[in-house]
Amino acid sequence: MAKTPAKKTIAAKNVSKPVATETHETPLAVTGSQTFRKTRAQPEGIPLIEMKEISIAFGGIKAVDHASINLFPGEVVGLLGHNGAGKSTLIKVLSGAYKRDAGSIHVEGKEVTINNPRDAKAQGIETIYQTLALADNVDAAANLYLGRELKTKMGTLDDVAMEAECRKVMHRLNPNFRRFKEPVMKLSGGQRQSVAIARAIHFNARILIMDEPTAALGPQETAQVGELIKQLKAEGIGIFLISHDLHDVFDLADRLVVMKNGKVVGTASTKDVDHDEVLGMIIAGKCPSGAIPGPGAMRN
Amino acid sequence: MTNTTGSSQGPALEQEGPIKKFFRATEIDTRILGMIVALVLVWCIFDIWSGIIRPNEGLFGGSFLTPRNLWTLLVQTSSIAVMSTGMVLLIVLRQIDLSVGSMLSLVAVATGVLQVYQLAPALGVGHPAIWILGVLMCLGVGTLIGAFNGFLTAYAKIPAFIVTLGGLIAYSGVAFLLAKGETVAPMDQNFGVFGGGIERSWLGPFWSWLIAIIACAAIIYAIVNGRRQRQRFGFPLRPVWAEVFLATVGSIVMLGTTLVMNSYAWPPKLIENFAKANSIVIPAGIENKDGKAICMAADSIVRCTEGFILYTGYSLPALIAIGVCLVMTFVATRTSFGRYVYATGGNPEAAELAGINTKWLTVKVFALMGFLVGVSSIISSARLNAATNALGQTNELYVIAATVIGGTSLAGGVGTIYGAMIGALMMQSIISGMSLLNLAAAYQNMVVGGVLVLAVYLDQLYRRNVK
Repeated sequence: MAKTPAKKTIAAKNVSKPVATETHETPLAVTGSQTFRKTRAQPEGIPLIEMKEISIAFGGIKAVDHASINLFPGEVVGLLGHNGAGKSTLIKVLSGAYKRDAGSIHVEGKEVTINNPRDAKAQGIETIYQTLALADNVDAAANLYLGRELKTKMGTLDDVAMEAECRKVMHRLNPNFRRFKEPVMKLSGGQRQSVAIARAIHFNARILIMDEPTAALGPQETAQVGELIKQLKAEGIGIFLISHDLHDVFDLADRLVVMKNGKVVGTASTKDVDHDEVLGMIIAGKCPSGAIPGPGAMRN
Repeated sequence: MTNTTGSSQGPALEQEGPIKKFFRATEIDTRILGMIVALVLVWCIFDIWSGIIRPNEGLFGGSFLTPRNLWTLLVQTSSIAVMSTGMVLLIVLRQIDLSVGSMLSLVAVATGVLQVYQLAPALGVGHPAIWILGVLMCLGVGTLIGAFNGFLTAYAKIPAFIVTLGGLIAYSGVAFLLAKGETVAPMDQNFGVFGGGIERSWLGPFWSWLIAIIACAAIIYAIVNGRRQRQRFGFPLRPVWAEVFLATVGSIVMLGTTLVMNSYAWPPKLIENFAKANSIVIPAGIENKDGKAICMAADSIVRCTEGFILYTGYSLPALIAIGVCLVMTFVATRTSFGRYVYATGGNPEAAELAGINTKWLTVKVFALMGFLVGVSSIISSARLNAATNALGQTNELYVIAATVIGGTSLAGGVGTIYGAMIGALMMQSIISGMSLLNLAAAYQNMVVGGVLVLAVYLDQLYRRNVK
């Protein structure tokens, strides 16, 4: 509790990547002593994605207010907060669904323009929306390739080739999937989820945004999604995970960012904070010692 | 009649065992099959009914299933059918165009004024540039008005219902002003080819058969090619008997239609004119009042059963409608434009998030609708050989009705081009059939309205029961 922000920055500089330093850091965390506890809230190097001072308002309401977050390769960052905290809005700015009012987005250190979903996809940013955003009346292959269809030499849709690719990618995600000819509205929740995930990972995404990926899923399917996240992480893909489920976030994420009223409350490594502290961040905006406070943190 | 439509859809729902297997193997859309069965039933009933009132040469002794009536039916359907293909895409996109009727009047009057008051005096009557400019005028003006509707809907965010309701009222006013309230006539004589009312717009048996044979070859090629494609990727294939069955049925329908079209003879007077103009020697024969051919009995030309005869074959407007149906089916199913229309209709938000420019897509679909209205206005004004500000009146209702009867859902995302064509044919069949039965227009309207509602009800039942 006595730590100053300056100390934390120094501590953070000792750490390069969360994965690499795990063994070194764990014993310290196990000691449980608040004074010796170091934070790994900020890995080093060039972040895959850096969103700086993003603001967006709808009417008079500031949905996102000077929020800054970043994401490193092979890292999973959990984004937490109440309904209306602004996490989905912030992430929609990144995926191009909303146009920001202020702030900048940097991909691998370079500033990029993201004004619509096409721009985001061009940067390798793929999104799995909470609503899945599937066109319910067309089949899995058509959804997989929506917006970037495979064409024949004549310029017509190459449905057969798209179905073939779809069979491959779906086999990897959901080996039992057989219903390639049916509109996705006839599929089960888990199957629809697999189609949405397939669409996000099929085009060599570097950055994956998952908005409540397991909200509609049963326990077994949730576990499957968890496995997938670990697999993608190992491939060096950076993942933003938005979730209400603290267990999910602690299981899967390396770091977490908590938002409240459009502002970032704090950023922390999942190893440095516990459930109660995170709940305190979400509910009260109280930033614990293991986290770097943001502009939204409650002042004493 | 309403009952027959119902029972005809019934069997398709409840079949089990080998029949179910048959439908799965051939991948026939049972819904469309139901509609075709209903259409054929309606035809048969009209033929039998009209035969009871006044026996004729139809299949069941009436006057409906005669080459002449079926030929006329195709010509009458063509204008509505062409527009309904565009309406399918619009309604699939969750939009609607109520202004197509007024737009058709406006476009027709515009081309009429151009042909009759501007080009004919300037270039001389019958100059070949007149019909070309006239056609381009129709297509161009139609496309522009459609794009304007689309722009107001997509970018100004006014609901399509309001934009086109305004258009329905306003465009007919523009048409009235443009025509100064007059009937603009006659259209250019070459332009008349598109109406199907003159000899030059009939293809004749040779070209009709040629088209039929090419169509059969195309059907077989499409089936073989589709199979080869699926083989290339090792996908499950349809059984060979199912492929052969589909190819056979497709070819039989094509050849049968052509046979019917090729057995409608020219009116005797026109045959006579043709023979005179081409100095063809008319053979001698025996006079027969009901004969369709002409022959020489003594020194006068009379009608005979055997003699000199000419057959119409396909008419140009019918061929245009069939061509538009094929092209639009291609656009809807084989191009990314069509894929986007369906995906956007299914979930506009998802389409937007997938990177589809849905606003521009909306403008394009409205413009396409306008283009097709242009095509229909060519057919309608050429057929009437005149353009008036009332030419397309109530057409919007028939177009939407045909589209909806054809299985397009107003909720968006669902609909087929060929369904709308069959819907248009169904509606025109009912109108024509009731005219043959000498029923008043009031009854025709009542029945058409009833059929529309019933068709949608049956469609709902079908969708609920078929999983």
